[in-house]
Amino acid sequence: MNYQKYLSKTAMDIPPSGIRKFFDLADKDKEVISLGVGEPDFNTPWCASEAAIKSIQKGVTQYTSNSGLPALRMQISRYLKQRFGVEYDADSEIFITVGASEAIYLALRAILNDGDEVIIPDPSYVSYSPSVAMCGGKAVAARCFVDDEFRLTAENLQKVITPKTKALILPYPNNPTGAIMPKESLEEIAKVVKQHDLLVISDEIYCEMTYGGRRHTCFSEIDGMKERTVLINGFSKAFAMTGWRVGYACAPNEIFKQMLKIHQYIIMCAPTNSQYAALAALKGGFEDGFAEIKAMVDEYDMRRRFLVKRLNEMGLTCFEPKGAFYVFPCVKSTGMDGEGFANTLLKESKVAVVPGDAFGESGKDFVRISYAYSLSSLKKAMDKIEEFVAKHKKN
Amino acid sequence: MDNFDTKILKVLQDDSRFNAKQVGDMVGLAEDETQKRIDALEESGVIAKYTALCNTEKLSEDIVTALIEVKVTPQMSSGFDAIARAVYQFEEVKALYLMSGAYDLCITVEGKNLREVSRFVSEKLSTMRDVISTSTHFILKKYKTEGVILDEDDSEQKRQVIL
Repeated sequence: MNYQKYLSKTAMDIPPSGIRKFFDLADKDKEVISLGVGEPDFNTPWCASEAAIKSIQKGVTQYTSNSGLPALRMQISRYLKQRFGVEYDADSEIFITVGASEAIYLALRAILNDGDEVIIPDPSYVSYSPSVAMCGGKAVAARCFVDDEFRLTAENLQKVITPKTKALILPYPNNPTGAIMPKESLEEIAKVVKQHDLLVISDEIYCEMTYGGRRHTCFSEIDGMKERTVLINGFSKAFAMTGWRVGYACAPNEIFKQMLKIHQYIIMCAPTNSQYAALAALKGGFEDGFAEIKAMVDEYDMRRRFLVKRLNEMGLTCFEPKGAFYVFPCVKSTGMDGEGFANTLLKESKVAVVPGDAFGESGKDFVRISYAYSLSSLKKAMDKIEEFVAKHKKN
Repeated sequence: MDNFDTKILKVLQDDSRFNAKQVGDMVGLAEDETQKRIDALEESGVIAKYTALCNTEKLSEDIVTALIEVKVTPQMSSGFDAIARAVYQFEEVKALYLMSGAYDLCITVEGKNLREVSRFVSEKLSTMRDVISTSTHFILKKYKTEGVILDEDDSEQKRQVIL
């Protein structure tokens, strides 16, 4: 049967993910040390798992409200206010999604008409651009450079704005670069956003993972930006809860209503027991001052410092990322681009890293290394990479 | 001991083969400062020893480990210390703790086989003057030791995921 004529052109036109393509290769070999997966290597706080188990034992396995457990929305509202100083109403501005991924898609669905342009910093996480395409929009890359520590600058944003530009996706702290946007930088972006009357989808899933003493600033905290912002967040990274699939969106009520409507029709509600787990994770956090997050971030910080030093010393220039759990070294000194480097490294040294161009053109000469791995594995991998670089280095 | 020392220890306890420079990079100290601190931790005995943790299940020679609960009569002048010192001098004794609860000393003993451990108990331990009784428990399988999981759980599936 010829399926081509049945399949959606939009679906077929979406390119496969560069990460996926690469891991199909890496997966075949058991000896490979993978530094590829962007997922916390910590366990979900036990209080969260226990709450989910209890909810199952009690037979609480029905749907929740479409917008999610009221208690969970209330705790999220409290969390955002206490930890980041932004205020959202638990009933009219916050709802629970199946991970931040769903929330991103819903936000785009809710705002895009055919042909609308959405600006995405390049490099960025792989799902934004396909999501824009699936919603009938056009993804436009705003290039970010290592000289700016991969921040999005107002100037590079200006360059790609057209009359069709409707929104900007702002994913900071950033996957894959580890870049953050300090408050001053966000203020610069806010001016452009206001001037061109744009909306902002701010994916702040890594907000708890910042290093060097600076707390994350929410984009909606910037003067006048809350009414233009859909804030996206979730429990996967901060609470090591990737598989539970719990995220949330916070948006001005008019946008909230449209997003929630779509969510109702396609999802119904986020998994009930996962929501109980998330609720317990937040309550537990308030009880001990979010000590588990702090311990986790301290551990990531040690790994981050170790990697940045090692990579720079072996000749892979690497700016010091201040967020998320990735480092993004430049591999040009080996005479290879990111893809060549990642492929050869996998073949010769059995270490898997992700080629930077999977995240956009600006990542071409870079690779992404995740440090959601133990220090011992990172050390082993760094020894191997060092040997590999020495062998291939162009003087 | 300050926060830096705590961090240094945390790294070395996980993997003592990181050198001073690498540890320094992680905790944010210069190499020589880190080395000084490690030296001090060694000298003061905070760091007692560097060692290799073996998965005994994988050794070519068999090793039998037993936990022995011992009740003793404490002595007038030295309490439990004198008897403990007499016990820990045997090289079969890998660990020795004074316990609260139903018995007094807990001893970890290693031997080549069951007979060797039994001989230690019957000939060396239970014949000591202050030992009232012993209760020996052989370890059948080690799932986790010193914080390291030895259990090879092969149920984890290969995942294909983009993130």
